[in-house]
Amino acid sequence: MVEEKVSPYRKYLREERLPHLFCPGCGNGTVMNAFFKGLEQSDIDFEDIVMVSGIGCSSRVPGYVKCDSLHTTHGRALTFATGLKLGNPDLDVVVFTGDGDSASIGGNHLINAARRNVDLTVICINNNIYGMTGGQISPTSPRGSFGTTAPYGSRENPFRIAEIVGAAGASYVARWTTAHPMQLAKAIQKGLNSTGFSFIEAVSQCPTYYGRKNKLKTTIDLYNHIKEHTITKRKAEKMDVTELQDKIIVGDFENPRRGALCKALKELTEEVSGGPLATKSAYEELD
Amino acid sequence: MVEEQFVLGNEACALGAIAAGCRFFAGYPITPSTEIAEKMSYLLPKYGGTFIQMEDEIASIGTIIGASWSGLKTMTATSGPGISLMQENIGYGFITETPMVIVNVQRGSPSTAQPTMSAQADMMQVRWGSHGDYEPIALAPSSVQEFFDFTIEAFNLAEKYRLPVTILADEVVGHMREKLIIPDKVNIVTRTRPELTDDYLPFDAPENGTTPMPAFGEGYNIHVTGLTHDKRGYPDTNNPETHHNLIKRLCDKVLANRADICSIKKEFCDDADIIIVSCGSPYRSVGAAIKMAREEGIKVGSLKINTPWPFPEEEIKSIANDVDNIIVPEMNLGQMVHEVERVVAGKANVHLIGKIGGVLHKPEEILEKIKEIHEGEC
Amino acid sequence: MIIIDSKLCKGCDICINVCPKKVYSKSDRVNAKNVYLPFPENEEGCTKCGLCELSCPDQAIYVGKEVE
Repeated sequence: MVEEKVSPYRKYLREERLPHLFCPGCGNGTVMNAFFKGLEQSDIDFEDIVMVSGIGCSSRVPGYVKCDSLHTTHGRALTFATGLKLGNPDLDVVVFTGDGDSASIGGNHLINAARRNVDLTVICINNNIYGMTGGQISPTSPRGSFGTTAPYGSRENPFRIAEIVGAAGASYVARWTTAHPMQLAKAIQKGLNSTGFSFIEAVSQCPTYYGRKNKLKTTIDLYNHIKEHTITKRKAEKMDVTELQDKIIVGDFENPRRGALCKALKELTEEVSGGPLATKSAYEELD
Repeated sequence: MVEEQFVLGNEACALGAIAAGCRFFAGYPITPSTEIAEKMSYLLPKYGGTFIQMEDEIASIGTIIGASWSGLKTMTATSGPGISLMQENIGYGFITETPMVIVNVQRGSPSTAQPTMSAQADMMQVRWGSHGDYEPIALAPSSVQEFFDFTIEAFNLAEKYRLPVTILADEVVGHMREKLIIPDKVNIVTRTRPELTDDYLPFDAPENGTTPMPAFGEGYNIHVTGLTHDKRGYPDTNNPETHHNLIKRLCDKVLANRADICSIKKEFCDDADIIIVSCGSPYRSVGAAIKMAREEGIKVGSLKINTPWPFPEEEIKSIANDVDNIIVPEMNLGQMVHEVERVVAGKANVHLIGKIGGVLHKPEEILEKIKEIHEGEC
Repeated sequence: MIIIDSKLCKGCDICINVCPKKVYSKSDRVNAKNVYLPFPENEEGCTKCGLCELSCPDQAIYVGKEVE
């Protein structure tokens, strides 16, 4: 077969839907590539992947991928994903979400999914703003940053999502940025390979709204701003809170190896019923 | 072998769900529905199913939608505040054509109001609660046996028409104990897989109809979205025609099949001068009221609505040709009565007995209205 | 051989910025959407590391595999 001279990530995409709707310079497409690269290096087959997302720019990613995909309601992707995974544990369920979707409207689902350690791989594209609705501040917007709902600069403190998810009990947590796509791909690979709840925060650029509102006029200005504010977890451990205020700490976070949910529920069913899970039973006649 | 049990209405619902093939339940504790979740947590693992207690009702309904797409029959149960929280994802269920069963054991409302008392104040919420145009199916049991039977029927309708079906129970049927007869065989509708062809279109359904539902992970590679979508399932949100065709089909698949879905029960109507139209628990007082009225020489009949939605328009219209007076006892300040009035369109007088506070109508209260109407006519 | 898909490129310049060998520069060629496309001006410097392919948000770059 002659190799098609196109991006190596195109083979995973629904060709008829390209180009995708992301703005020029948006980091979502880079995170998509990093996901495919991480997947290729993982133990998981693309054929076993199903994707779930909520609402927002990042949640549009699954719609472009050639697999079964569930584009759900704002903030609730993890609940739908939990149902898919528990309903059929053979599926490898990947969730794409954003900072608003996961940490604001979906915050309670996020910490509870991490607490249950339900076997999902969650990729959270954090661009520090609500892009789909036109540039409002989000729960990760840095203090002092501007958005259409913070014309005088945000006076609130931002969340550090990866740390929250780690504290809530996820098996694997990491943060990287679109300026570190190789490391991001590696983290996604690790997340896919680990059992339990894996959460990879991908700090990303929204040039259209975040950049424009915050005097970072071009994609490259914002991209370099992210890169320059990055610090590794190891270095960060030696710094104090004030020094870290405007820093993006990257690396692997919690990995407490707690029991994962699917295995526990499978064991429960086998114990009580003496048989396997009734997967796909909606298609079967009952005895 | 036919089995007899003496059970709580909420337990009968759980037993009906298992009999119908439900193998996944997600829920959140709330009075007066909690016994359904408790019973499901006990039963499901015995049948290879999965129970999960979620962090809230929004999560519960999201989870059963996800599990439905994994290839399972799924259910959740809740009441008042919980059903309000679920409304957005119920709309998602309609637009994505996801089969699932939602049990609403109604309680005194609005807000937290009366957790342990009965009401029928969500009759219109099930019809209009989620934003947008849609046509729901709802069934209202009036006994423990019906709670079992209607749960099975709810699953069958959910599968047949691919949509969320609500069981509009209330605290009275949920918390009452009665004899339940469990038949050895029940008719259940199973899901069929679509044929996977090169030009497979997952949402290409016939007019007034639906199309077989695939399970995730079997190679269909479908995209399911709450956005307006074309026959491939892809978002097409700015095209008026796409939206019109999609929403019209989702509504018509219920409306065009009213004859198949609607269910009523008529008693003593042949010679009746007055007919009592009831739904759910208040029906329990209707029989006694009719008996007392007939002992006093007043000919009263009963039309019981099993499926408040879609509203059985033809059946109600036809009784308006036969009698001049219709009585509607409801455990609210007047909801279903407006539907009766709309359908009757002035052909008969419609009298509401609206009762709130949490206690069922006494037969005497219905009799009083019967006599008042009878005396007015004489 | 580096190929830029002019139908997919949105002209964000990330490839120009990330390439460690400074292979890309801005061209004066525009696509149908009036986007100035990048051009692999210094293609002989390319080591096929794949960073531009991985970073390109629009899946518009083909570099090919590293030659052993």
